[in-house]
Amino acid sequence: MAFLIRTVSHSAEGREIVRARRVEGERLTVGRDPACDVHLTDLAVALRHLTVERDSGRLKVAVEPGLSVELNGRKASAGIIELATGGDILVASHALRFMPAAAGADEIDVAVERTGEGEVKLDKSAERLFTLAPVLPGKRGLAWLLALLVLAAGLAWPIKAYYDRREKAETFARFHADEIWSSGSLSSAHAGLKDNCTACHVKPFEAVRDTACKTCHTRVHDHADPFRLARAQPDLGRWRRIELAFKEKFDIPPGRCVECHTEHEGRQQMPATAQRFCADCHGDLKKKLPDTALPNAGDFGRSHPSFSPVLIAGWNGERPRLQRLSLAQRPQEDSGLKFPHDLHLSRSSGVAQMARRLGGRYGFGQALECKDCHDPAPDGARFQPVDMEQDCAMCHDLAFDRSGGTTRTLRHGEPAQVVAELRDFYRGRGAPLPSVLAPSARRRPGDAPDLHNRIQFARGPGSAERAIRSIFSPGGACFDCHRVESPPGGSLNFRIRPVAFPIRYLHKGWFDHRPHATQSCSSCHAAERSNAASDLLIPDVASCRTCHGGEGSSKPVPSSCAMCHDYHMDAGAPSMLIRQKVRGKKRETIVAGARR
Amino acid sequence: MATRSIPRTDLGASHEGFLRHRNFLWLKVALAFSLLALLGYALIDVQPRPNGGSAYGYALGTIAVLLILWLTMLGVRKRAMTRGRWSLKAWTSAHVYLGLSLIVVATLHTGFQFGLNVHTLAYALMTLVVASGIYGIVAYARLPQLLGASRSDMTRPQMIDAVFKLDRQLGTAAQPLGHEEAKIVRLSLDDDVFRGGLWRRLSGRYPRCRTARALAETRRRLAVATGEQAHALEAVAALLERKAAALARIRQHLRIKALLEIWLYVHIPVTFALLAALAAHIVSVFFYW
Repeated sequence: MAFLIRTVSHSAEGREIVRARRVEGERLTVGRDPACDVHLTDLAVALRHLTVERDSGRLKVAVEPGLSVELNGRKASAGIIELATGGDILVASHALRFMPAAAGADEIDVAVERTGEGEVKLDKSAERLFTLAPVLPGKRGLAWLLALLVLAAGLAWPIKAYYDRREKAETFARFHADEIWSSGSLSSAHAGLKDNCTACHVKPFEAVRDTACKTCHTRVHDHADPFRLARAQPDLGRWRRIELAFKEKFDIPPGRCVECHTEHEGRQQMPATAQRFCADCHGDLKKKLPDTALPNAGDFGRSHPSFSPVLIAGWNGERPRLQRLSLAQRPQEDSGLKFPHDLHLSRSSGVAQMARRLGGRYGFGQALECKDCHDPAPDGARFQPVDMEQDCAMCHDLAFDRSGGTTRTLRHGEPAQVVAELRDFYRGRGAPLPSVLAPSARRRPGDAPDLHNRIQFARGPGSAERAIRSIFSPGGACFDCHRVESPPGGSLNFRIRPVAFPIRYLHKGWFDHRPHATQSCSSCHAAERSNAASDLLIPDVASCRTCHGGEGSSKPVPSSCAMCHDYHMDAGAPSMLIRQKVRGKKRETIVAGARR
Repeated sequence: MATRSIPRTDLGASHEGFLRHRNFLWLKVALAFSLLALLGYALIDVQPRPNGGSAYGYALGTIAVLLILWLTMLGVRKRAMTRGRWSLKAWTSAHVYLGLSLIVVATLHTGFQFGLNVHTLAYALMTLVVASGIYGIVAYARLPQLLGASRSDMTRPQMIDAVFKLDRQLGTAAQPLGHEEAKIVRLSLDDDVFRGGLWRRLSGRYPRCRTARALAETRRRLAVATGEQAHALEAVAALLERKAAALARIRQHLRIKALLEIWLYVHIPVTFALLAALAAHIVSVFFYW
């Protein structure tokens, strides 16, 4: 009885090398111990791993406790191999193949073979093992993946959003993928359009057109006739010409709204237009547009034309003739009124004395001040026209009689009524002659009728006509302030020339009195030195330049064109000032004090 | 290449690295270019504030995108090695310095306006590419010497071979050991030195190294072993120590090699992501003009 052990190994070329050995006996020991019948060098094999014992027609396999083998493909710690069929035992990396044999066979054939060669072959891949290639995905794959990801999220998704929105209108704002294309926040005015790119970007690959703006801004008008505007453009430098050529190439029309009203520059107000923007054309406008009525204008501190207020230059019958005249021409205003400012503002004249006397009643100070007669308009920007009853009658009262407790006054503004009133007065009764009727001596406001007047009055018939004539004659109450049209001889139909004041003198530029309330009136208006109402007291450019300079000026108030002028020629305050007020940041607006 | 004779005069130049190529010619070009861009930015008053949509912005953007496309072409160009004025070295030199000047040009193109949008994405990707490139330059300047030193005159296959030889010796030396001790040795034998992910490679730290564990366990058992077992364990411990040293050498080599290569795994894929982002950036600008 014996086991025939045939150890099979392979040469480098793959040739099979078989070494055969006979082990006498019924028992076969397998292990790493060299004393074992089958010596396996694999360290996974125990020193004595198993024994195979022949028992008549079968082989009993017994594995050391705690160890195991694979018997015919099944993990086992003990088992039987029928000699007739043969069987395999796998011990770690070694396979023991028991060949089929007859029950009484003298020899049992056992093939021992190492299954996995285990050893890593050294070849060219060794170099690759040292690189990062085995531990990282390939660069090419990674590149494709990232690029496709970016294209999908950054290009395909927003384009889809654009076409989706064109398909159906939306009733509420929500995120759309094309918003990731937005290069910056919209200005505060347009913040509501954040989710609605197509409000302005109407057609793909077409630069934003003015029509998109005009969908909402229906009432914005142009600065000037587009052709004149184009002709007034400054000579294009080389760069501007190149820029224009590019714009032409890419179908971007010049002069679009968005050129000035730039967007996606962050959540801000539209900045005030730079002075250069205006001065480029207006600085030398006469040369470009010889027929223009506008004088050249540039930096306010250096090249601003003198103001041209609209004033009453004369009268067409009863209608004032308004004319725009440059202050440089020293125009006179024909308001129809006689009024010496110097007398009224004097600190020593009778007017001042009277102001002191009536101060308690009307709130006058030591002398009259501008505010005692001039009332600001409700918006505070300008002043209301002077009103006789409101602003003059405190002193210049037209009382001529006292009936019981009531003072009778002549009707201001209605000369025919005055004549009738006086006729009636003299016809009816012999009341004392009121001071206003004095033919020569001026009636001093507040004076009691004096003796002389009484005597004159007492002379009787014909005194009514005399009184009427005197009131409309030099020294009379009407004549003092008004121009009187004398009637043809014998008639008493005296007429008063109408009086008018422009509400706004400077129509092309904005002026607001409120921000100037820190200044005294006389620092701009030379009223204290004016002895005639025809003096135009509008201050000139030089006066403004005391504080205001051009955009880059070191004067207390650097003033670009936008401070007084608006590109879109609105009659109201320039948008720059409105924005400043809304923000309440810069010049705090000071509202003029309450009236008297 | 190697068989071709190199003219003597070229020999000096051929030893000059791409950074100092032609006496820093491309550095000077890039500096001049950047200064020009900065000067233009300072002088041109864009209202209301500088942005990529102004004429100067478009000019800078066009230059930047052409530059990026050209820089990308190095990937094609490097596969054809030539010498002379337009040698690969000259290309690489220009690639590095012009690539750096891209930081100036592209940043000025943004007008310092950033946001959560596709435009800033392109800028961020570009910055990432340039940053990885800068890292690559530093790595190439410093690491190859360390790489040479780390392998102590051995080729890479030799290093692996050394480990295999030790493994074989370990297999032999462990033969007298009992099954438990053999298991410990097998722990080391079954270990693959190239196992471990990117982080292990970059850090060079292998806290769960099986050889180290086997060595520690063997030493522990050696302290209590006697007779033949002790002899065998001693031999195994000595071999494991040698194996640990061989592994450390390989790992150090792996680490330097990983540090040397990792930037390309950012530089190249992100470059393609950048090209995609640029496409989105440009198309979006003209789509919503």
